[in-house]
Amino acid sequence: MKSKDRNYFKILRAGINTTYQDLGRNNLYHIGIPFSGAMDKRNFQLLNSLLQNDFNSPVIEFAYQGPHLKYFGKDIFFCISGNVSFKIITKDDVIDGNSYQCYLLKNGDEVDIHSTNKSVYGYFSINGTFGVDYYWGSCSINTQAQIGPNNGNKFSKDLEIEIIEINNSFNKRKLDYLGSTIENIRVIKGTNYDYFSESSQNKFFKESFKITKLSDRMGMRLEGPKIENVVDPNIKSEGLVKGVIQITSAGDPIIMLSDHGTIGGYPKIATVISADYDRLVQLTPGSNIKFKDVSLEDAETLYKLYQMETNNLISQIK
Amino acid sequence: MIKNILNLGDAALYCDFGSDVNQEINSNVIKFFYHIKKLNLKGITNLTPSYNKLIISYDLNIHSFLSLKKKIENIEIKENNKLEKNLIEIPVCCDNNFALDIKRVENKLKLKSEIILEKFFSKNYFCYMTGFVAGMPFLGDLNQEMRLKRLETPRVKVPKGSVGITEQFCNIYTFETPGGWNILGNTPQNIFDTSNQSNPNLVNPGDTIKFYRITLDQYNEIKR
Repeated sequence: MKSKDRNYFKILRAGINTTYQDLGRNNLYHIGIPFSGAMDKRNFQLLNSLLQNDFNSPVIEFAYQGPHLKYFGKDIFFCISGNVSFKIITKDDVIDGNSYQCYLLKNGDEVDIHSTNKSVYGYFSINGTFGVDYYWGSCSINTQAQIGPNNGNKFSKDLEIEIIEINNSFNKRKLDYLGSTIENIRVIKGTNYDYFSESSQNKFFKESFKITKLSDRMGMRLEGPKIENVVDPNIKSEGLVKGVIQITSAGDPIIMLSDHGTIGGYPKIATVISADYDRLVQLTPGSNIKFKDVSLEDAETLYKLYQMETNNLISQIK
Repeated sequence: MIKNILNLGDAALYCDFGSDVNQEINSNVIKFFYHIKKLNLKGITNLTPSYNKLIISYDLNIHSFLSLKKKIENIEIKENNKLEKNLIEIPVCCDNNFALDIKRVENKLKLKSEIILEKFFSKNYFCYMTGFVAGMPFLGDLNQEMRLKRLETPRVKVPKGSVGITEQFCNIYTFETPGGWNILGNTPQNIFDTSNQSNPNLVNPGDTIKFYRITLDQYNEIKR
């Protein structure tokens, strides 16, 4: 491709953990490969809807501090989802951008994504398609197993992000949405719930736990009252799913997130319900959370309601 | 074969094949796993076989727990279905630079290192499951006199290719990762190949592994 025909972003600053993500890869747990994919699926869906992209188009996910990008090429639109502070720097002006709103970029313009506000993950994409390689049907980067484009590594300075297609019939769109937060995380009791003393079971639901800094795309470590195991601190290693809360030998909860190890040997006290997962991953270290027990039937209904709410938001995009 | 099906959260079935760890129960898990995999059921997003459990993850937009549970309970497979087993030979170098825990193992088992290695290499091992990280095989069973607990404090980084033992099991670290197994050597062979998307695992559940010992020169030759 001649350089004048290229459309691309150059990364001036990579941000803390910036990767390509889509909906992730299925049916690989048995060989040790987790789903991966965008941590916050609602914000992923909203972004692709705002940009009129295919529902599983690649987006750029960032955590805490996002990338600073400089654009080279013909006119393009971009949009950011999540609770994010960013600036658009053009030849004549610097403006503060709003999430869930599309902006025009011209050759030489920059987007500087300062930070996510009171949340962890944000998403960036364009009205078009990034040039990514697919591994097992997904472009999601799993840095732990080094799977995905960019050799499975997070983005680094000076990397160039190719755009292979721009949707020229695109019209600017926006959504009025302030995001959704949560303090009580609803869970279903786990398969090893009876491994824990009655007083610890009570504490698990009555007291609050603090999210520690040892949290990333693989898992979230919590700190709070010690959960006392009265049976065995280990189980025979078995499969995990995202949202599972294991209790370590030290008595602390650890929640499995999208890049988690596929099998584990700590007892499972509970599992976060699917309806609360997107909002769970957005909680920042230092936040306090409480767990609330719900039935399987309620969890299934709550998930349907959550999906309806997402679809309702998508229908409000104009 | 399945004793009981519970829910693991709101989007996975937890199929219990028993509480013991042995090759008979595990072979049932693996047979059932391959059978369901072949059926290619719509809305199944992952299958995770382990020693004595099979977890079936599903898309909540397509299935609910009770309806999928019924479907799975009605699947019958013939008990005498033969499991496909490959014999895979894997070279291991036990040079001092690789056998990170040989001194610890000597002390714990009260055996000389040469005896330990002789016993380790004299046996074929069965692959119970793969996972934790991509492609890592969980193999067994070690002889009774070879069994010891994992390290009190896990290593922050276990080198890729390390071959380790703990309790009745051995494994191969397919990536550099944290881990607490007792490391006896290192294989130059790639156990997980990201570029081979149709069959990235060298070892799959049900396979038999034969480790054979190589010198440092041979190790370097294979690595090259």
